[in-house]
Amino acid sequence: MKNESRWDEFKNRMAPTIHELKFTFRRIKESPLSIIGIAIILFFAAIAILAPTLAPPVNKDPYVMPHDGWGRVPVPPSSKHIFGTTSGQYDIFYGCIWGTRTAFRIGFQVVGVSLLIGVLLGSISGYYGGIIDEVMMRFTDIIYAFPGLILAMALVVAFGRSLDSVLLALVLVGWPTYARVMRGEVLKIKQTNYVEAAKAIGCSDFRIIIRHILPNSIYPVLIMASLDIGAVVLTAAALSFLGLGAGEAFADWGQLISNSRDYIMGTASNPLAYWHTWLIPGLFIFTFVLGWNLLGDAFRDILDPTIRRR
Amino acid sequence: MGMKAYVMRRVLLFIPTLLGVTLLIFAVLQIFTPEERASAYIMGTPKDPSVIYRVIEKYHLNDPIPLQYYYWLTRALSGDLGIARSAGNIPVSVALLQGIPATLELVMFSIPSIAILGIYLGVKSAVNRDKAPDHIIRIFSIIGWSLPTFWSALILIAIFYGGLNWVSIGRLSNEAYAVVTSSNFIRYTRMNTIDGLLNGQLWITIDALEHLVLPVVNLTIVSVALIVRVMRSSMLEELSKGYVLTAKAKGLSNDVVINKHVKRNALIPVITVTGVLTAGLLTGVVITETVFNYKGIGYFAAHAALQMDIPSVLGFALFVGLVYSLANLIVDITYAYIDPRIRLE
Repeated sequence: MKNESRWDEFKNRMAPTIHELKFTFRRIKESPLSIIGIAIILFFAAIAILAPTLAPPVNKDPYVMPHDGWGRVPVPPSSKHIFGTTSGQYDIFYGCIWGTRTAFRIGFQVVGVSLLIGVLLGSISGYYGGIIDEVMMRFTDIIYAFPGLILAMALVVAFGRSLDSVLLALVLVGWPTYARVMRGEVLKIKQTNYVEAAKAIGCSDFRIIIRHILPNSIYPVLIMASLDIGAVVLTAAALSFLGLGAGEAFADWGQLISNSRDYIMGTASNPLAYWHTWLIPGLFIFTFVLGWNLLGDAFRDILDPTIRRR
Repeated sequence: MGMKAYVMRRVLLFIPTLLGVTLLIFAVLQIFTPEERASAYIMGTPKDPSVIYRVIEKYHLNDPIPLQYYYWLTRALSGDLGIARSAGNIPVSVALLQGIPATLELVMFSIPSIAILGIYLGVKSAVNRDKAPDHIIRIFSIIGWSLPTFWSALILIAIFYGGLNWVSIGRLSNEAYAVVTSSNFIRYTRMNTIDGLLNGQLWITIDALEHLVLPVVNLTIVSVALIVRVMRSSMLEELSKGYVLTAKAKGLSNDVVINKHVKRNALIPVITVTGVLTAGLLTGVVITETVFNYKGIGYFAAHAALQMDIPSVLGFALFVGLVYSLANLIVDITYAYIDPRIRLE
């Protein structure tokens, strides 16, 4: 009996949230672009999960691509290598399949860590203000003074060429945006009556931030983060293309193209001789990013409270 | 606040930004030991280790950090950024200066192309909201937004250079290059389109323009979506305002309302994103120039990065940081000039 009343209480409390969620799902269903976006992302998720079956690992580390000899000249698609090979004879099919895992990994790790740092620093600087706020804002200003890819490029060159350098550089470039949005949200929530009330009854700062401010301010940042994955993967691919990726044997889409960089222009008589070395991995990058951006574009309209119900 | 006071304040705020930009690059340099940093100022590999110690001494690379920053900053601002190994052992600042005209030429042709197409598509999209043109334009801008810059460049090359055998990559054809580098061709600006005209050799200008088309198209494809998006939402906002109804009520045609009233006001927010557009272009040129073998500063930076040429890449980043900050300063002042509400805040 007691349980049931608790359940009812919970249901009542959650009713507006459930109502809004249902509305959101309905809007998503009505938007063909977001459905295509979701389908693309699910397709890539399936590739990532099924990677060991689709392309059985040969090396101990599955991210190390197998290579068929050492020949410098890329070989076009054949029955043995259905997407052909890159310069150095790395199998493009294998690289594309396992590269999907790399793409998800880069996207989730970079966005996850940037989000964590951003939420932490943003809420502290928004809540306390003063000198902490000033220092953080000036620091983000400095990072904002550079175009992201160029700062990331300089950082990777300084840290040394590796996947970890790429991840670190992308986090360093990425967190300020989250911190600023979070700060803005916290500043808004800080002035509400319920935060005043919590302060008046003597709640600790920690409790106010965790229990009252965070749950009410984190959603815009979370949405932003989920939509940022495509952009992060695009920047990482550009870094790989510039030769600042994880190294020539590592299964990564940008890296595959970079491996054949001396051949992508083809031969003098046939500029399209090595089309497979860049067209196929590029198609993976483009489709993956497109999936996230389609979802993002639809989400911006659906989740923006000012135009949501138009 | 008057316009003068606003400009003064904004320019003064530029000083801490400059210090910040240089501090960040300086901080990145601190990853390296004084010996490693010294090698940036030496041509080739010295046989005698005492050379390195002399450089450390001369450039104050072992001093306390604040002093080091002071010496580094004065050197960097006077143009001494070290030696660019990846560009044939010339000073980094010289390599940058050599690349600027080519990049400037590319950007100069890209900006109007991006602005005109972006504004046109943004207006078209907003005026036809939720109708077919709007959907098509939105889908195309999402596609442009998602294209890897290097991949779209490669596709353009495959179609127009590979398939249609149109023009070769690079800045000029071989014949034009031979003329441009010959002694009786004066390179006033080092921008081939302009130099061709100044030397009275129209075919050089045409040759340079032909080689500019594909890089400009590529930069436009990957950057135009930003302008389309901002112009569209700005138009939609203006269209819902009272004065539009008034203008229509007094009997003006739809075209007049849109062109004479709405479009003008909707353009204001587009100016604010010019800063972001600059960042996109600065990034875009690194990739585009590399793929099109177009020798500007982006090409230089990409090749330096490939060879892990640290002084060149950091020198380039410093230069880009300064240019970008300056662009933002100009955007802010222009914005305040056009929209008085900004400077009253």
